[in-house]
Amino acid sequence: MLNQNQKLNPKLLDKDVEQVPIRFGYGEGLLKAGEENENVVALCADLTDSTKTSTFSKKFPERFVEMGIGEQSMASVASGMAAMGKVPFIASYAMFSPGRNWEQIRTTICYNNSNVKVAGAHAGISVGPDGGTHQAIEDIAITRVIPRMNVVVPCDSVEAKKATYASSKIEEPFYLRFAREPTPIVTTEESPFEVGKANLLRDAKNPQVAIIACGPSVYNSLMVAEELSREGIECLVLNNHTIKPMDETSVIDVARRAGRVVTVEEHQVKGGMGSAVAEVLVKNYPVFMEFVGVEDKFGQSGTQEELVEHYGMGISGIKEAVKRVINK
Amino acid sequence: MANLLDEKVKFLEEKANDIRRSIVEMLLEAGSGHSAGPLGMADIFTLLYFHVLKHDPKNLGWPERDRVILSNGHICPVLYAAMAHSGYFPVEELKTLRKFGSRLQGHPHREWLPGIETSSGPLGSGLSQAVGMAIGNRMNDGQSDDKWFYCLMGDGELDCGQVWEAVMMAGRDKLHNIIGIIDRNNIQIDGFTEDIMPLDSLRDKFESFNWHVLEVDGHNFESVNDAIGQAQAMFSKPSVIIAHTIPGKGVEFMERKFEWHGKSPNANEAKEALNQLRTLGGKIKSEHE
Repeated sequence: MLNQNQKLNPKLLDKDVEQVPIRFGYGEGLLKAGEENENVVALCADLTDSTKTSTFSKKFPERFVEMGIGEQSMASVASGMAAMGKVPFIASYAMFSPGRNWEQIRTTICYNNSNVKVAGAHAGISVGPDGGTHQAIEDIAITRVIPRMNVVVPCDSVEAKKATYASSKIEEPFYLRFAREPTPIVTTEESPFEVGKANLLRDAKNPQVAIIACGPSVYNSLMVAEELSREGIECLVLNNHTIKPMDETSVIDVARRAGRVVTVEEHQVKGGMGSAVAEVLVKNYPVFMEFVGVEDKFGQSGTQEELVEHYGMGISGIKEAVKRVINK
Repeated sequence: MANLLDEKVKFLEEKANDIRRSIVEMLLEAGSGHSAGPLGMADIFTLLYFHVLKHDPKNLGWPERDRVILSNGHICPVLYAAMAHSGYFPVEELKTLRKFGSRLQGHPHREWLPGIETSSGPLGSGLSQAVGMAIGNRMNDGQSDDKWFYCLMGDGELDCGQVWEAVMMAGRDKLHNIIGIIDRNNIQIDGFTEDIMPLDSLRDKFESFNWHVLEVDGHNFESVNDAIGQAQAMFSKPSVIIAHTIPGKGVEFMERKFEWHGKSPNANEAKEALNQLRTLGGKIKSEHE
């Protein structure tokens, strides 16, 4: 059953559940952070509206820096601004930042320990018709491997707002990952959120499988758990929004309780959130696992639904993974 | 900024010679590192740390200090030597360069050695950071001229596209607090810059991006000092000083040799180098006596 303590969207299981692009929460969280702290500044590389940096830049034009299409310079300019006491948020599509400017993020932000937040919009396969060039499905891997970098993947726009705001309060580098297309609202303003603390969204008395998900995959995982419950298979669903630092206690706890784990993410299986979960479990509490994500392939054009389904992260793909792991 | 009196020039020449000797000694001790660039930039670093900069080696967090952003981190021996000789840390510590646990990392790290403004090594990102600092400073203090951002770059790193992203932006935003100094020594690891990837006309390139361009002999203290003064007087755009230098300056067998870009001297070579530098010291004295 849904965990009442999580105060989730009451209409979560309805067919007409409200859907909002996760990236919208970035604009709102950034605005909130900016209203509270005058040192919060925003930079963007010619994608001000679609990254929702515009929510901030309209209110605080004097604290917004237009970079043009220069993601590499953007990362280093932000580092320089942080050296002057600013709290810079840099935004682009994840494919370009942290995709194109990885070394600048590593050296001038993380190696320097600069208080810079990197916001990657249009991440995941669900980007849709733009095709494989624009679908960042390697970004979790390349950011979580950098020392000092925090990595957060919110499951909906409400959580994205909280994550963005929360990152402004922590003086460390952050990577915040957002999807493009409308995504069902899972949480509410009242739902708990803390960086580094995973949330158990669905609980069960005698769970057979723990589904650990992040980003838009959290909603699909909840739908799968609901359907499987009717078939007599009970699943825990953990919203593992912080990939780094990972909430090892919660991850180990659900693995211990269910004895089987399936991870779900819109990302390459290699190096992603599931790999990070495996790194924790293999050391502390090894269980059989299945990894739902993109299997060493590039994306292509299509609708959000077509792509998520085709690459195995849809309802049917997750269901099959749950059944596979039970049969191991 | 003050003009240079003859006596100060003599003082700077002697300091520069001390710094060159330190560079050779520390590279010998380290057994690896870059020789040509640090020796070539010794005069400019001496001028900065002993005459130009508003800084206080005993008060590293002073908010009003000028910022030195070393973009081409591989010439850090000259930065370390200038810092040590101007009082940031004991000169003796220079011998720990590149050693395990040393604050003097092979490429500079701002946390390992306080007093360094940014970590660098991968080329081409210094100017972007100077741009960020100048923009942040403008947001904090308006159009004030309370501090300058000196970004030191190698000429080879101008191959990097990111440099031109920053050049374009500094020109757009008229960041006049930025003074770029390019070590125009014409060499990079694989050979001469004009063979590898031609950079000329550097003046035209920067001017077309709305920069104020000055060209000087990078070994002439008065010329470099005058150029910095002129750059500070330019209120409508950023300035860049193209400093023509001789790589390996002061050590005859290293001068103008790209082979000396990325290697350190062995014991015999260092002995010869130090001998030459001592003789040069004698020359300087005689010129001014």
